[in-house]
Amino acid sequence: MKKSHVSEGVMHAVFLVSACVSILAVALICIFIFANGVPAIMKISPIKFLTGTNWKPLEDQFGIFPMIVGSIYVTAGGVLVGVPIGILCAVFMAKFCPQKLYKVLKPAIELLAGIPSIVYGFFGLVVIVPAMRSLFGGSGKNIITASVMLGIMILPTIIGVAESSIRAVPDSYYEGALGLGATHERAVFFAVLPAAKSGILAGVILGIGRVIGETMAVVMVAGNQATMPHSPLEGVRTLTSNIVLEMGYASGLHKEALIGTAVVLFVFILIINLSFSAIKGKGRD
Amino acid sequence: MEAVQNVENKKINTNEIQGINKQTFAQKLSAYKRQPLSLFLLIVVCLSALLTVGVLLFLIGYILVNGIPNIKPELFEWEYNTDNVSMLPSMINTLYMTGLTLLMAVPVGIFSAIYMVEYAKRGSKLVKIVRTTTETLQGIPSIVYGLFGYLMFVIGCHWGYTLMAGAITLAIMVLPVIMRTTEEALLSVPDSYREGSFGLGAGRLRTVFVIVLPSAMPGIFSGIILAIGRIVGETAALIFTAGTVATAATGVMDSTRTLAVHMYCLLSEGLYMKQAYATAVVLLVMVLVINAVSGMIAKKFTKK
Repeated sequence: MKKSHVSEGVMHAVFLVSACVSILAVALICIFIFANGVPAIMKISPIKFLTGTNWKPLEDQFGIFPMIVGSIYVTAGGVLVGVPIGILCAVFMAKFCPQKLYKVLKPAIELLAGIPSIVYGFFGLVVIVPAMRSLFGGSGKNIITASVMLGIMILPTIIGVAESSIRAVPDSYYEGALGLGATHERAVFFAVLPAAKSGILAGVILGIGRVIGETMAVVMVAGNQATMPHSPLEGVRTLTSNIVLEMGYASGLHKEALIGTAVVLFVFILIINLSFSAIKGKGRD
Repeated sequence: MEAVQNVENKKINTNEIQGINKQTFAQKLSAYKRQPLSLFLLIVVCLSALLTVGVLLFLIGYILVNGIPNIKPELFEWEYNTDNVSMLPSMINTLYMTGLTLLMAVPVGIFSAIYMVEYAKRGSKLVKIVRTTTETLQGIPSIVYGLFGYLMFVIGCHWGYTLMAGAITLAIMVLPVIMRTTEEALLSVPDSYREGSFGLGAGRLRTVFVIVLPSAMPGIFSGIILAIGRIVGETAALIFTAGTVATAATGVMDSTRTLAVHMYCLLSEGLYMKQAYATAVVLLVMVLVINAVSGMIAKKFTKK
């Protein structure tokens, strides 16, 4: 009797400690990234670091503004490509798809989510880049290429969230619209879809988080020039690719500046995460 | 208004009606003719679904068609050198990495899910904090994980590039995946099971391990398989933690490269396109198998 009491207590403690591991992990990640990155940003001076347009590690010039702009352009492009197709595809899966087709389509979308980003990058490198090169000339590695690539990559995220939020809309909305004489398509697009708005928005934000953090696929197709892009046909370097490209050989202040880049990226991600949970929480009420 | 008028305009011929609420194809077509917007929406929706599936099929088809001819037996030799960039050592390392990561992430993930579902009081503050942190963990990009692992284990602990550093980093990364799926699986076990067990005099611990966990097993398995998929495909978090040494590891403190990192190295060196194709095929087949297995388990789960 006593023995079981003890093991009960011990295991309770074990479960509690396990639950705290994720808190510990987040705390450690924040501490290590910020403690190593923020001093470097201070050393370079925050304004020079964030708004400087020259990234020349050899001359001790560390301005990551081109990378911030690059990340924003590529993200916007990816969203522009991925979101409309993703939402429409989610509508198809939730409201138009016959049951038999759905059984094939759903695993296909899950497969799209499971393909490693390096394989996407490879595909982009051997298919999309040559296609862009023959269409627009140049090297083929530019903002548009990266946007198409990322648009494809966020499809499963957006489809997943959008589909479940469309399915969560009560059937009475759809039936009411039909009863008023709307066609199936009109009922879906003008009654059901607006009701699923906040869920879909949450999916889009989740997608934005994925795009900003994507590294391997972007490195392969975006060109990686650390300069301000002037047209969508120029190559860009994103915050993530800046880290992965130079971390291998950087040292001293250069390395610290790269960790500072991660700090900026991390802050972006935290903002996106916060707005995601805020919107999700709002949708629940 | 438009919709209402359309209903009035519809000339109903009783002979044409075949079922109570079934439209013939011709009826559908004429309905769409009167509603160009609806037709447009239908076409757009179908097109985007086609496009999505088309991209997937094209990607898989392209890599398989171009990659399979490049799979040669010498790519599966024990030794890696610059003449023969064998992928076998990387495949073995991928297995090690997966095993070691799961060894850490699975118990912690399952235990914390048990705490969240079975032990914590409803509305407890700790549960809320844990929920927020797991959501945060899920959103952190893999390159930030990689940098964290580099700063903490490679530099901070003076381990250098090691299998262990990579595995711990990945374990933190897949922890939320395992936690969430386990939580969902535990929640789907009916309360009557627990009540029955308590009623027969079993303690909480016994109830969890003997009654609840076995019934939640399929859901937990599908979470683990999802995690395996993430581990196999991960690159950015491993380059700066486990390193890129292309020999099979002999201990947890060896530097290793997994298959995905191997592929990145081949691509960035730019000399081994054929071998990269072959590696892509192997990676893709792994992912296909992992997805198929998780699909099968999920099917079994829903049938019950």
